[in-house]
Amino acid sequence: MSDSKNRALEEALKGAGTNHAGVLERLSNELLARAEDEGLVDVAYASVDSPYGQLLVAATGRGVVKLSLPNYTADHALEQIAAGVSPRILESPKRLDPVRRELDSYFEGKLERFSAKVDWTLAHGFADRVLHVVAGIPYGQTLSYGEVAGEAGNPRAFRAAGTACGVNPVPLIVPCHRVVQAGGKPGNYGGGPEMKLALLEMEGALRY
Amino acid sequence: MATLPPFQELLDEHGHDVLGFLVASVGPDDAEDCFQETFIAALRGYPKLKHADNLRSWLLTIAHRKAIDHHRAGSRRALPSGAAEEVGGNRGAEDRALESAGEGEEVWQLVSVLPPKQRSAVVLRFATDMAYSQIGEMLDTSEEAARRNVHEGLKKLRGELA
Repeated sequence: MSDSKNRALEEALKGAGTNHAGVLERLSNELLARAEDEGLVDVAYASVDSPYGQLLVAATGRGVVKLSLPNYTADHALEQIAAGVSPRILESPKRLDPVRRELDSYFEGKLERFSAKVDWTLAHGFADRVLHVVAGIPYGQTLSYGEVAGEAGNPRAFRAAGTACGVNPVPLIVPCHRVVQAGGKPGNYGGGPEMKLALLEMEGALRY
Repeated sequence: MATLPPFQELLDEHGHDVLGFLVASVGPDDAEDCFQETFIAALRGYPKLKHADNLRSWLLTIAHRKAIDHHRAGSRRALPSGAAEEVGGNRGAEDRALESAGEGEEVWQLVSVLPPKQRSAVVLRFATDMAYSQIGEMLDTSEEAARRNVHEGLKKLRGELA
């Protein structure tokens, strides 16, 4: 029994474990389809292109649970979902197609109201109340942080209202960019102040 | 509470190893079914997992179980035609596999003659490059026993026993 036969045997064993990149992709797609069929995908996510950069959108059966603006990394968003919703997360672009189409239309200035439902699981306490108020601000209109705090039940909590907008799990669909400073300045935004300004401009909400 | 990574990460990082292990254990065709069974089972159990340590071993343990189930089902099917003949027939397969070494096409036919623990130990060692200590953990034996399983398995494969 020679060493070369020994080596050949070990090489053959190692070789069996390689060379299946194409197969793996097909198997992953089949797995996703079956997992969806069996209801094992608690959260589906997809990357969505926007004029401001790449967004990550994630949805449960109840609605959009997380939308991550270009300033944030997708990994961070996915970790937050894993900890706060469920770790059973798979990339499933198909399931996000309706939301993607709505976002496309919105960025083209053709959509004023999202029909996509929101899953509020990642919003808690006062922030949850504030964000429900924010969800009702119509396209092209703004409220101040103080006004939003008041409608959420605590007029003096304008700072907390700002914090709530900062942790908004579903920006754009819950339009926290429509919450501005009392003097009319746009103020801060998770996607950057320029993005906020551009969105308000697109919506025709800026009055000088 | 343990924070588990998004399941997609497991698929992206370890899908390749799981498939490699299964191809070497049960052959390329049946590996596809076993791959689906493995990840569906993993997905089912994932939220209940207590800790996120060594998810690769966790996945390969499930794959190992699916491969054993598969071999059991296979040997039940093979029984009527006579198991003894198959062992003899595999000596030819061994030589063919060794001739096409590197392609890895027929290695699984070779290892299918080994008892389950030796088969998994050998495949884990060479197809997924796993350390003996981890192989031992996965197969519920000591590191020493894992080393022995690999050694005995290889010896058998080389045809020195038989």
